Amino acid sequence: MNLTRRDVMALGAGGAALAMLPLPAAAADQAALDAAIKKFTGGAATKDGGVKLTAPEIAENGNTVPIEVEAEGATEILVLAPNNPLPSAFTVSFGPLSGASSASTRIRLAGTQDLTAIAKMKDGSFAMAKRTVKVTIGGCGG
Amino acid sequence: MKRTQVKTVLVVAAVAALALAGVARADEAMAPNMSKVLEINGEKMITHTKAPKNIPGLSEIYSGWLFRSPSTQTMETDDIDNPGMSGEAMGEIEWANVDGTAGKSCASCHGDLAKMKGVRTQMPKVNKAGVLWSMENYINDCRTTRMGAKPWKWSGANMQDMVAAISVQSRGMPMDVKTDGKAAKYWKEGEKMYYTRYGQLQLSCSNCHEDHYGDNIRADHLSQGQINGFPTYRLKTGKLTSIQNRFKGCIRDTRAQTYAEGSPELTALELYVASRGNGLSVEGVSVRP
Amino acid sequence: MKNIVPRVKVPATVKAGEVFTVKTLINHPMVSGFGKDKKTGKTIPREIINHFSCDFEGQNVIAMEMDPAISANPYIEFQAKVDKSGTMTFTWKDDDGSVYTKTAPVKVG
Repeated sequence: MNLTRRDVMALGAGGAALAMLPLPAAAADQAALDAAIKKFTGGAATKDGGVKLTAPEIAENGNTVPIEVEAEGATEILVLAPNNPLPSAFTVSFGPLSGASSASTRIRLAGTQDLTAIAKMKDGSFAMAKRTVKVTIGGCGG
Repeated sequence: MKRTQVKTVLVVAAVAALALAGVARADEAMAPNMSKVLEINGEKMITHTKAPKNIPGLSEIYSGWLFRSPSTQTMETDDIDNPGMSGEAMGEIEWANVDGTAGKSCASCHGDLAKMKGVRTQMPKVNKAGVLWSMENYINDCRTTRMGAKPWKWSGANMQDMVAAISVQSRGMPMDVKTDGKAAKYWKEGEKMYYTRYGQLQLSCSNCHEDHYGDNIRADHLSQGQINGFPTYRLKTGKLTSIQNRFKGCIRDTRAQTYAEGSPELTALELYVASRGNGLSVEGVSVRP
Repeated sequence: MKNIVPRVKVPATVKAGEVFTVKTLINHPMVSGFGKDKKTGKTIPREIINHFSCDFEGQNVIAMEMDPAISANPYIEFQAKVDKSGTMTFTWKDDDGSVYTKTAPVKVG
């Protein structure tokens, strides 16, 4: 196997023919971000506070970043990763048997960015929280 | 494209900086935070202990788990939080799956998967013919000679799912590979490789994993390179990674030609590196970045 | 046909109205649609689980619209509460039309 520089840097598992990840990094696409927010809020104003967004300050790998969102009294929460190719990461909605308006999952982040959560409250208002997650480029790719 | 080049320069600079950092005396590296205790489903794992006598370069050995960030550490503490356990579940199913011309499954000869308890602690192991084999070799030998089935690719999902399922049976047991007797010559070969500088960057395994564990290589926290947790679920790839695939990644990062998975060289290296972790718990399926 | 094994963790017994944690994990590569084949340079088509829901005896607990940002082997953890014993049903929907389900009994006692 001849190793080119690109092979050396390819971050996929060695031997894997397909490089599905990482997601290409790009600057935030403001228009796409605005559209995703508007789709959720219908253009209503969002106020800060009332939403808790938990994520590591520094992610060990951008492909699997654990996050938790919580907003008491929310019926739905939208989570956005503004610098991802698609800003919308997921939207969670809480039914009558939900025990708390919270959810945890793991997401991909294409680089350091301000994760954003917008909660739709029972009264129809919207609340927002942001959190910066630094995505490091590992030393060893391998 | 530009980004790739910048990254390349950074990696080379970081790795070269390590190489230039001079010859650190044995065991001068930084110990991880050992106040953290790894319990998997409530069962306590041995994540640090005294180094084996035949590993003079280390006085204490540490599982890679200790070097990880809290969120990554947590993922390994419960089977439902550990995405690698999905692969293990597939391996359990495959264990009873009939494949090949002989109409047999693994279970046809070996019975219950639980009987594989202890196997992982011994791998790699010299076979009856005197050749050193990794678990993958034993699995493929069963498949081809007993089952009449096609061999699996070394790092393919089928293979690593099965390696995971077998490994989990030994979870918590200390690694205990044989380094003497018929294994001695392989072990010595592996030891020699471990301390040999490879590639354009002229780095040996020991330069990073013995001299600099605990240090950062850019944003990565270097571990001792222990393999007691393999196969490992990597957050980067979202897949189970084999021991020898990880070796290839390391050797490639030294900008060297890599050996193939299953080659005598990597298998000898696997024995030696496994022996550096003799005493650490098999973690079954670990989670690493 | 992919080999998909959904897994869930639900307490075997809960108190009526008590809030309890539910964890789910399903093995799926979650192909984002933004990656490229290293050899051909062509974009690998998206193929993800795009929706998850959890219901209990016909009533919804939680639902999630999932975008390609969700990591491979999606993990979802949330809180639920029930008043009576019954079956919790978990449903994952794949881009390819497949639907994966799993059920778990919950006993109120």
